[in-house]
Amino acid sequence: MTTSASSRSDVLPPPSERYTLLGWFRKNLFGSWLDALLTLIALAFAVAILVPTVRWATTSARWEVIPNNVELFMFGSYPRDQVWRLWLCLWLLALVTGMLWGVYVRRRSFMSLFLIALPVLGMLFTFASGVWVHYAAMIVAGLAGWALARWRPRLMSSVALVGTLLFFPLVILIIRGFSEESFLPGVATNLWGGLMLSLLISVVGIVFSFPFGVLLALGRQSNLPAVRTLSILYIEIIRGVPLITLLFMGQVMLNFFLPSGIVVDRVIRAMVAVVMFAAAYLAENVRGGLQAIPKGQYEAADAVGLSGFHKMTFIILPQALRAVIPVLVGQFIGLFKDTTLVALVGLLDLLGIARGVLANPAWIGTQLEVYLFLAFIYWIFSYAMSYASRRLEVALGVGER
Amino acid sequence: MSEPIIVCQDVHKWYGHFHALRGVSMEVQKGEVIVIFGPSGSGKSTFIRTINRLEEHQQGTIVVDGIELSHDVRNIAAIRREVGMVFQQFNLFPHLTVMQNITLGPIQVRKWDKKKAEQIAMELLTRVGIPEQAQKYPGQLSGGQQQRVAIARALAMQPKIMLFDEPTSALDPEMIKEVLDVMTELAKSGMTILAVTHEMGFARAVADRMVFFDAGNIIESGPPQQIFSNPQEERTKLFLSQILSH
Repeated sequence: MTTSASSRSDVLPPPSERYTLLGWFRKNLFGSWLDALLTLIALAFAVAILVPTVRWATTSARWEVIPNNVELFMFGSYPRDQVWRLWLCLWLLALVTGMLWGVYVRRRSFMSLFLIALPVLGMLFTFASGVWVHYAAMIVAGLAGWALARWRPRLMSSVALVGTLLFFPLVILIIRGFSEESFLPGVATNLWGGLMLSLLISVVGIVFSFPFGVLLALGRQSNLPAVRTLSILYIEIIRGVPLITLLFMGQVMLNFFLPSGIVVDRVIRAMVAVVMFAAAYLAENVRGGLQAIPKGQYEAADAVGLSGFHKMTFIILPQALRAVIPVLVGQFIGLFKDTTLVALVGLLDLLGIARGVLANPAWIGTQLEVYLFLAFIYWIFSYAMSYASRRLEVALGVGER
Repeated sequence: MSEPIIVCQDVHKWYGHFHALRGVSMEVQKGEVIVIFGPSGSGKSTFIRTINRLEEHQQGTIVVDGIELSHDVRNIAAIRREVGMVFQQFNLFPHLTVMQNITLGPIQVRKWDKKKAEQIAMELLTRVGIPEQAQKYPGQLSGGQQQRVAIARALAMQPKIMLFDEPTSALDPEMIKEVLDVMTELAKSGMTILAVTHEMGFARAVADRMVFFDAGNIIESGPPQQIFSNPQEERTKLFLSQILSH
């Protein structure tokens, strides 16, 4: 019926759309009278907003409030002679990230992207003198990790994994320190503050609420009535209460319930409240993923003879969690921003510090500058998480198979 | 006659108020190939799903390979190790490669080491005719290929009994044959098979016995030539005339 010659002539290239710049304008902005009108109105609107904003930002804004207080914004009242410990944590972060990059991503072009991103991130932390040494150290650590991973991929993949798991407890130890006279003198948590505290609370919230939330989601689907009832009770009670209430409960009321003499650190109380709150919401998101798994997958796992535990770990959870990655990352972004609420119970996170700075008579009237700076920092971290989640989705092939 | 490997006596099953199985009794000999057919809703799928406890029966006894199915989880696990199942919708694990789909059970349940499991998986993939697809994901295969992987996955546990629940009903016509060929080869190798299917050509060629289900019970059973040429029951006659006439 079709010869190869005729079938070849049937295959046409897709029509190409090529525009000059002017052509693009005509098509997209001035396609009709209404389009042209809307374009002009939007343009006038943008000019009316942008011109005064730019004029303010370049002339009358007192941006010096940021560099003058940048150490406060970054780590609060953390002793200045101990700040090298925070840098040490960042070196370690660079090293572990470099290793993971070498093991899992491998691509050199991404590595260079990482090396550009790192100093930008570092720049957020302080503008003080001597920071370039630390940037250099971070780049060296990142490169070293990457090179190590490329040199011995097999060995380093397990090292990187252990490093990732140990990284967070290690960071807490380094920041917290031990007794007074040791190599790492203890730093009480009331001296923790700024972006460092915001990040610590968020990361604790994310890292601990995840397993807790998954267990709650499984508990809610359990066949054991006691486990199921307790899970439902927990989830519904926590979800029915605003986070700020939990934070106040932790700060004010916890002491009534604990036997006298036991004092729980205020920062830890806030962390626990955040974890409890996030776990309940995470459980509901994970439950959504669990319910999206077809019944046939459970039956196939049963028919193969897998135990309930194996069925969950190998078949159900990998698929359920992969399906809810976008929702979970969205929740983590929300959690990161929700940590600003701890400022209301008196912790000096980024927002708490900002309020402190604004209360200083020297900086009265700089609300706009300070809050814009905060918004910028929150945006950077939130966007980074969102970007990472999209990369992760592509890497794990959500929706592809 | 050899000893029966499956003994069902007076098996009842209700879904709410609906009486799905109404006292089914049946014995299956080792190596026997049984084709179960009947109108939809007659309980035939429910029946073979009670044999590996995907559905729980509420009355009567089911003894598989000398083990009685009860609420004892160890008994259920032991029976599932010996019974392989192939589903209408394949139910492959979409996030695992073909190779991982097949080796997961042997590695986790039979506790074989990975090398042995993969070697046997390759042999099985060769047997079902798709060794070159081992590293692909189920979503990259055709329906017929997926169903053959599902058969290999069930066989990898080295079961004594294979259950097929309408294995060709979700396939395009051109792919039915490749799956039936594999099932025919399996039947001739001496495997005990219970298959719910309306592939009458397959039944005529390899079944030792055909079982007609209607309204939750066995209406008639017998060797294929008897069922096809001389059915005893009016309902069997009617059903066969309907599915064979089109």
